[in-house]
Amino acid sequence: MEVIDIIKPENQVFSKTCLMTDATLSYCPGCGHGTAHNLVMEVIDELGIVEDTIGVAPVGCSVLAYDFMNVDITQAAHGRAPALATAISRTWPNKYIFTYQGDGDLAAIGTAETIHACNRGENIVIIFVNNGIYGMTGGQMAPTTLPGMRTSTSPHGREIETMGSPLKITELIANLPGTYYVTRQSVHTHKHVRKAKKAIKNAFNNTRLKKGLSFIEIVSNCNSGWKMNPNESNNWMEENMFPYFPLGDIKVKGKLKQKS
Amino acid sequence: MTEEIIIAGFGGQGVLSMGKILAYSGIMQDEEVSWMPSYGPEMRGGTANVTVILSDERISSPYLKLYDTAIILNQQSMDKFEKTVKPGGVLIYDPNGILAHPTRTDIDIYQIDGNRLATEMGNKKVFNMIVLGGFLKIKPIVKLENVIEGLKKSLPERYHHLIPLNEKAITKGMDNIFSYKVEDQLVDH
Amino acid sequence: MSELRLMKGNEALAEATIRAGADAYFGYPITPQSEIIEYLMTERPEHRTGMVVLQAESEVAAINMVYGAASTGKRAMTSSSSPGISLKLEGVSYLAGAELPAVIVNVSRGGPGLGTIQPSQADYFQSVKGGGHGDYQLYVLAPASVQEMADFVSDAFDIAFKYRAPVLILSDGLIGQMMEKVVLKDQKERMPDEEIIEKYGDWATTGKKDRERNIITSLDLQPEKMEARVHRLQKKYEQMEKEDLRYEKIQCDDAEYLFVAYGSSARIAQKAVQLGREKGIKVGLLRPITLFPFPKQQLFELADQVKGILSVELSAGQMVEDVRLAVNDKVKVEHFGRTGGIIHTPEEIIEALELKIIKNGSN
Repeated sequence: MEVIDIIKPENQVFSKTCLMTDATLSYCPGCGHGTAHNLVMEVIDELGIVEDTIGVAPVGCSVLAYDFMNVDITQAAHGRAPALATAISRTWPNKYIFTYQGDGDLAAIGTAETIHACNRGENIVIIFVNNGIYGMTGGQMAPTTLPGMRTSTSPHGREIETMGSPLKITELIANLPGTYYVTRQSVHTHKHVRKAKKAIKNAFNNTRLKKGLSFIEIVSNCNSGWKMNPNESNNWMEENMFPYFPLGDIKVKGKLKQKS
Repeated sequence: MTEEIIIAGFGGQGVLSMGKILAYSGIMQDEEVSWMPSYGPEMRGGTANVTVILSDERISSPYLKLYDTAIILNQQSMDKFEKTVKPGGVLIYDPNGILAHPTRTDIDIYQIDGNRLATEMGNKKVFNMIVLGGFLKIKPIVKLENVIEGLKKSLPERYHHLIPLNEKAITKGMDNIFSYKVEDQLVDH
Repeated sequence: MSELRLMKGNEALAEATIRAGADAYFGYPITPQSEIIEYLMTERPEHRTGMVVLQAESEVAAINMVYGAASTGKRAMTSSSSPGISLKLEGVSYLAGAELPAVIVNVSRGGPGLGTIQPSQADYFQSVKGGGHGDYQLYVLAPASVQEMADFVSDAFDIAFKYRAPVLILSDGLIGQMMEKVVLKDQKERMPDEEIIEKYGDWATTGKKDRERNIITSLDLQPEKMEARVHRLQKKYEQMEKEDLRYEKIQCDDAEYLFVAYGSSARIAQKAVQLGREKGIKVGLLRPITLFPFPKQQLFELADQVKGILSVELSAGQMVEDVRLAVNDKVKVEHFGRTGGIIHTPEEIIEALELKIIKNGSN
């Protein structure tokens, strides 16, 4: 088969979901955000719930999520997405509400909103992309920056004594009675992408069943902020991020998973 | 007719609710009313006061410097509000716990022994209704039947069985308020 | 059937919010306005009309909940008092920028800082001169009675949806805490979801159905787009000035002197008008009911008639700046007001008029 035939629509095995717009992604090549966006949109498409889905975009690299996600979206003030989602879910109890937030938005400036929305058990989905750095503003330290990791505001490496330890907010909120499903995923290999998609689908199904809050952390790379090429950054993530932020389900159906 | 009243005493004496019942009674006879309480730190210090205005006309300021009538139920309030009665106005007070009695001679002063009368009636809670009765004897600005209507309106249904007791307390107050002449006291000393 | 009740200003506002057909209230307790959320929680409007009431984790969360509900075309309100309003102002700026309808209530108290819980009108600048960041204005209603605390709720929602803009009700501890007679309006039905989707489908994020997606944002990274947004906002403000200015003139016809006062101060100044006239001083009162838009033209015209103007507010002198701008040096304008939670008396206002305007001679 010639190349020209392979790319004909009838021969395509995979195609972009219609819920991703044709706008060129503003993310750096190699960044995990594009994949994460695509997964959320695929799930909404496959579940056939776009008419009833309202997204809330954050401040951070994904502030322009609404340029790429072809669903109704409100862009929130920095850190406040869970508050918006709370109100939308309360006033539209039969809709599917999701927030899409980064580590600064969710785990620093918006910690209170995150914890309280989780504690109230709002019937929403929170997608949390953790890349351990502030990408949009040019690589400053995040609450999830690893010990010793260099950023523009921890140029000598993150010192635990003065800057505190990386915040495991996902473990923290998993311990709140209001959360129903808490998991940590990644999107850097095909295998991980498939698992992450399954988790996201599970989360939106929980909304349909009015089970309460589903929280999906996606540990991702930031090759620009980490000053590496994409492959290096994925390797670095596996070697350094995953030991601190281990992948897998943390809480399922309202029950914490026992540590093996 | 406009009547500007300050009621002042301890929290728990029913100062605010006395004002509220008076305001409700005013509404029952189509008066304009306003009820402006002290709130916040003053309340936490244990004293409470409320400004109540009843008028045929639209009420302008709900907050005043001078009053037609001051109903004073503790010493702190006496210290603060005796001077706020307009010349020719009325001061009503319960002598219980009062060490420095009023001294003004340009106003009409009345005593009502509300605490003692309430104890006699076997219910300390009707204290404020006794005082209200005394006030209405001196200033019959609302009719008793409208006070009863006001009570019905302001009290939750489950307390309506207490209305006859309140009516009795008001009558008791009406019968037991006496003029207090500063001049007589000066002669005594 | 309308209903007559004796209520606190805060309670009347809360009840009127239910009756206005509001969809949601989000708040955080603070004195002197906690009765609003307490009343709503007691009344359980979710059983009466389906209205949502939620105590948020903070003022910041509450205003952003309002932002969320408003972005979907719902009628949402939050209330607070001065320090809490400071916290909300980021959200208010976002509401203005994203062109969302919402009602914010400030039952103000003395400041700055933690200040006092007693009544004050020291948030005039905060209310009408931005407060939050960026080129925006709030439509500001200043109730002066318990009746207006109730009436202004539905007025505020009407204006908010007419302009797709946040509206502020600026009250204070005096109006919030006092009880007066209030005639409550009949219950207005909440707008059904289908009607919201149909009516606000051109902007609200209610779910993409039979249309392109809707986006609510206040972000425009391209300067030309951002400038166009700012211009669009300014057009709204011009229209508000033309169509929705509100004020009240009290005994102005023959006035030789004028008080300008709003909210609780207007009530006290009205008594001062009476006291002044008993003393033979022909004084009137202009009460701005909206602080933005401000009755500039009316003041400009009255300045030709009177010998001097006293701006009266419970502050160190804020509204007086707008009075002076409007009067444009035609006559003498002075400020009088107590601060720190002390309420000026009618007598003090008359004294100030005599001392600052009459005795000092007017130009």
